[in-house]
Amino acid sequence: MYLLDIKDITYRVKEKEIFSGLSLAIEPEEVHAILGKNGTGKSTLAYLVMGCESYIPTSGVILFEGKIINDLKIHERAQLGITLAWQEPVRLEGISVRDYLTLKKKERNPSIYLEMVGLSPELYLNRIMDKSLSGGERKRIELASIVALEPKLAVLDEPDSGIDMLSIQDIINVINVLKKNGAAVLLITHREEIAKIADRASQICNGKIICSGDPQMVAQYYKSRKCEVCIAGVCAYV
Amino acid sequence: MSELKELMKVFGESGGDNSILAREDIAHFVASGHKILSTRATEGLKIQAEETDTGIAARVRVLEGIVIKNPVHLCFGILHKKGIQEIRMNIQIERGASVRFIAHCIFPKAEKVRHIMDAVVEIGEDAEMRYSEVHYHGPYGGIEVIPKAVVKVGKNGRYFSDFSLITGRVGKLGIDYAVEAGENAIIELIARVFGHGDDRISIKEKVALDGENSRGLIKTRVALEDKAEAEVTGITQGNAAGARGHVDCMEIVKDSAVAKAIPIVNVTHPLAKVTHEAAIGSVDKRQLETLMAHGLTPEEAVDVIVKGILK
Repeated sequence: MYLLDIKDITYRVKEKEIFSGLSLAIEPEEVHAILGKNGTGKSTLAYLVMGCESYIPTSGVILFEGKIINDLKIHERAQLGITLAWQEPVRLEGISVRDYLTLKKKERNPSIYLEMVGLSPELYLNRIMDKSLSGGERKRIELASIVALEPKLAVLDEPDSGIDMLSIQDIINVINVLKKNGAAVLLITHREEIAKIADRASQICNGKIICSGDPQMVAQYYKSRKCEVCIAGVCAYV
Repeated sequence: MSELKELMKVFGESGGDNSILAREDIAHFVASGHKILSTRATEGLKIQAEETDTGIAARVRVLEGIVIKNPVHLCFGILHKKGIQEIRMNIQIERGASVRFIAHCIFPKAEKVRHIMDAVVEIGEDAEMRYSEVHYHGPYGGIEVIPKAVVKVGKNGRYFSDFSLITGRVGKLGIDYAVEAGENAIIELIARVFGHGDDRISIKEKVALDGENSRGLIKTRVALEDKAEAEVTGITQGNAAGARGHVDCMEIVKDSAVAKAIPIVNVTHPLAKVTHEAAIGSVDKRQLETLMAHGLTPEEAVDVIVKGILK
């Protein structure tokens, strides 16, 4: 049985069809990279899996461990073991990094998760998650919080955006730790070097998966694309 | 049980440290209704107080150059369901002195209570005063609280005020603070209030940056639910070269609550600068979804966000 099984989903916003018959299956402990240009719906896929407000498939089903989750709210999906790291993490006034990393489990030691993403616990545990933190710092803390949750499925929406090149290894480390802890990862990225650490990869174009398989092969296919921005219309791959 | 013991019992239950009364190195002043229950001054701190027909009149002085190490605790309250308490305070922090006051204002059974605080504060050159005021008004909302302060801060002086009313009902609150800042003075006014039921909240804080290179911040955080209403007015005047001020107001509303923010910035000197920001609305959807993706229910997530902004 697949851990996540997205079956033939259509997702329409007003008259615009974002997905038309998209299917994707992820095994337990599989790292699956999603590649695609801006506007292809990669983040939308992440929100559909997490169940964000107004992100419900127009048709088709999303199964998690064999159970249809289309109608479940975000927290209900989180309680099943799904979580999401947003591309742009929010800031939270008055909430310390320590509080954030121990939201549901107060007994958890937050230091190890910060060290994992290259942040010093001494310097960061008591920092407040407000605008005093940079975007890159927030991104790292978000990744640390995802590991701390010990999910079954972590959806990482462009974990590399806003983090400098030298830190890519930290992100790869996080993905490896998630996998080692038994999590599957749905990894949305633009970077080939990150996609290549996945077990499998898929490329989204025009609301469909157009290429799926070995990450090297999909990355090569993605590199040879002719379009820069998806206009959700006819392109070389359709 | 004596009135003092009863007041201190409620004080302890609302998070205060009861041991402060026994400690000789900590100054305090405790009044219930119109009665002075206990007072202790430490070296360099002078407290002169008298009971009046409607409350207490007190004069507090921190003598020149005295740095008071431990916070001075002020405890005011009414333990009965009905009553009036009018506190007239004259506080003088002399040149180079430094003190921190923690005021506990306790009205646990208030059904028809009126509490008025009328303070005149003078902070001398190079002096510092910190004033934290924590209120508990009980569960009934039958109280009207009117804290008023006029504060004058001298050259290189510093004044930090922090008003907090986040547990229990508010009732009717009408804060009215006005601060004049001298040369190089630093002013920070923070207020945090959580309104419920039909609470009515009015916060008006004004900082006049009259001295060169003076600095001012007015920061207000209000959360409202049920049918509570709040109006927050933050006024900053930049009247001198190098003066810098900022007004920062955030209000979160739930249910049928109504919030209003009026930031007023007024600059009369070309080398002064005053900025403001105000955010009013329901709980941020992205913040909510982020916390829910961490397994919190919507109610738990809202609670975390509201407690965060009121912290």
